[in-house]
Amino acid sequence: MCLIRDLAIQGAQMLLVLALAPLLTGWVRRVKARLTRRRGPPLLQPYRDLWRLMRKEVVLAENASWLFRAAPYLIFAATWVAAALVPTFATGLMFSWSADLIAIIALLGSARFFLALAGMDVGTAFGGIGSSREVMIASLAEPAMVMIVFSLALLAHSTQLSTVADFMRSPSVGLRVTLAMALGALLIVAVAENGRVPVDNPATHLELTMVHEAMVLEYSGRHLAVLELANFLKLLLYMSLIACVFVPWGLAPAGSGLLAPLLGLLAYGGKLAVGGTLLAVFETSVAKMRVFRAPEYLGVALMLALLGTLLLFVSRGGLR
Amino acid sequence: MSVTAGLIARGARVEACRPWPRSIVDAVVWREAAGHLARGALILTGLWGEPGRIHLALINADYSQPAILTLDCPDGRFPSVGQRHAPAIRLERAVADIVGLVADDAPDTRPWLDHRRWGLAHPQNGSGGDAAGPAAPYRFLAAEGDSLHQIAVGPVHAGVIEPGHFRFTANGETIVRLEARLGYVHRGLESLAAGAAVERAAALAARASGDSTVAYSLAFARAVEAALGVEPPPRAHWLRGLMAEFERLANHLGDIGAVCNDAAFVLMLAHTGVLRERVLRACAVAFGHRLMMDRVVPGGAAVDLDPAGAAALRAVVGEVRRRFPVLVALYDETTSLQDRTVGTGRVAPALARAFGAGGFVGRASGRAFDTRRALPYRPYTMLEFETPVREAGDVDARLWIRIEEVRESLNLIEQLLADPPTGPCRADPAAGGGTGDAKGAEGVALVEGFRGDVLVWLRLGADGRVDRCHLRDPSWFQWPLLEVCVEGAIVADFPLCNKSFNCSYAGHDL
Repeated sequence: MCLIRDLAIQGAQMLLVLALAPLLTGWVRRVKARLTRRRGPPLLQPYRDLWRLMRKEVVLAENASWLFRAAPYLIFAATWVAAALVPTFATGLMFSWSADLIAIIALLGSARFFLALAGMDVGTAFGGIGSSREVMIASLAEPAMVMIVFSLALLAHSTQLSTVADFMRSPSVGLRVTLAMALGALLIVAVAENGRVPVDNPATHLELTMVHEAMVLEYSGRHLAVLELANFLKLLLYMSLIACVFVPWGLAPAGSGLLAPLLGLLAYGGKLAVGGTLLAVFETSVAKMRVFRAPEYLGVALMLALLGTLLLFVSRGGLR
Repeated sequence: MSVTAGLIARGARVEACRPWPRSIVDAVVWREAAGHLARGALILTGLWGEPGRIHLALINADYSQPAILTLDCPDGRFPSVGQRHAPAIRLERAVADIVGLVADDAPDTRPWLDHRRWGLAHPQNGSGGDAAGPAAPYRFLAAEGDSLHQIAVGPVHAGVIEPGHFRFTANGETIVRLEARLGYVHRGLESLAAGAAVERAAALAARASGDSTVAYSLAFARAVEAALGVEPPPRAHWLRGLMAEFERLANHLGDIGAVCNDAAFVLMLAHTGVLRERVLRACAVAFGHRLMMDRVVPGGAAVDLDPAGAAALRAVVGEVRRRFPVLVALYDETTSLQDRTVGTGRVAPALARAFGAGGFVGRASGRAFDTRRALPYRPYTMLEFETPVREAGDVDARLWIRIEEVRESLNLIEQLLADPPTGPCRADPAAGGGTGDAKGAEGVALVEGFRGDVLVWLRLGADGRVDRCHLRDPSWFQWPLLEVCVEGAIVADFPLCNKSFNCSYAGHDL
């Protein structure tokens, strides 16, 4: 019985993230449009875009290799699995016993690796520029992310997200500077990893300034649809991650009845809506930074996470 | 005696050209003029040809006494000005493409506007000739070094903008060299205008660059009026002044938002976009066309302003006055935006001076030239206004010049609206000098558009037709500076620099 329930929750979770991801992006776009005095596209527009792309013919460059064709699916699969590992409305996911936070980072890292390769595969200048920028950003964002995981793991004595979430809800967590630092660092990394303003601009038409868009510039049809969906999933993943670790209230604990998961779903929807709104407000209020400011920006995240970890060692009662 | 007056005195004066003096000079004086240009004693304002003849428009370094030198070149060759003075190079290449006159010892002999897609060579040369075979591959200027790579951008861009090709040679993110290739929107306006009725030619000039349609129409109208000796009534000048300033206002508002948008700061574009739209709608109410196309015509203005239109204009000026300061504060206080604009895309003042860059590009780099002040024309002779000048020469300075020009335009519009003259808005053609035989009469005019000085020269033919006409966009002297200002910058900063220049493709390609 328990196994069936866990399987059901895991399955529901996998489908849920897939179904919700375009909606979240649609929501962010809508709020951004409203903030800039536009009416904005309908909330369901991303779904329509995906459907439209799915039906379109794929135009491949003559010199595209198998990698170019395979990469979208690899990226999508890795991102989807990673997104399914983050507890959204219930903890105690089946898969999360076999894959922890570090596995999530590794999955996203592999997705990025393939995307960067695919960007360079056709040999256009823009793809190369995009890949080189993406790798530069990643080389700084990933260490920061690992540091964040360390500080969380030291606190919760686990890198396993369900355990971390349970710990964060328990009274033993208290007010900790380390957590504030980890949150700050995670927000910075999340903005950079998702290619949002100020690191990248997902809405730009200027090829020379693109990062993520430059890598997928040569993609069309179902390949592009899958890549877009992977990108939507990634945004959802980071938002769920932040929600699960720092605002875990409402998560249905493992082994609870039917009502708790339903409440968890509601809470999750609310968290996403708030997160999406905050992201849109932030994006509207800042300009994009110069490409070479990104190291300084991500350096802040790395430093915050590092300091957070160090603080645990020097503060009384930090580690137990 | 000023430099231009000295040069004019040494040639055979052509009395038909008004109001600027034109002299037919020999190759010695021509070369001397090139030397003066190279020394900075003269500013190049235009270089254009017609079969067997090449013209050079010049202004003294103190922005006084413009003049035109003409060199007869029956053999189709003339001494290159570009060899001594780089700003003339592209003009000479265009002359070679369009008229077929070849500059001797020219430093650059590649075609410029002609991409061998016109189906004929030298369209303005009477003798014509078919295009000789397919185009040779265009050789971009070389940049050599280790690990350099090229980035080709355009002519088709991802945004809805005009077509132009940019070839970057870069080392990683750093731009080593940028070369633009233009000419994709060549429509042959000058060829179409040759032999056309004045009204049709005026409509063609109005379409040289849609965002500067008032400036082009005004320059064309003033050139025709100078040739015919017609003086438009006071109310026509008043209407023209209003339209010119509203055009400047609308374009600057759009640009301020667009520059910020290229730094992904959408908020500014959203707000200035609303203001620009309000201005355009008020113009539609007042003048019957959002961009006021074909509203300035030779002899006056095509439409008069009724009280309802004036009220709409007053209302929109009030609205911009109210809301613009908030946006200026938003720009000034957004540090992330300032971080992008300050120090980016710097144009050295010496370079702006040498190229005679007009408009915000020149004024942001310390060049105070403003046609409305240097070679004043009505209604500006009766109005109070400032020409903002800055020294920094970066994207930020170009944005601030626009902001300050918005304020000046609002001042000018308020002064104009406060004191409307009465009377007709168009000169009676029967009363003016237009009834005489105008054949051979020449007129030239320089008008301050929002980008800078627009030059129009024309010669009238028999029965009210245009014999030949030349339009020169301010962008001719701004495009080369864009290429220089991004050297050593990073690739990702180019769109920001480009937007801060906002050069015209159509006006340049004609």
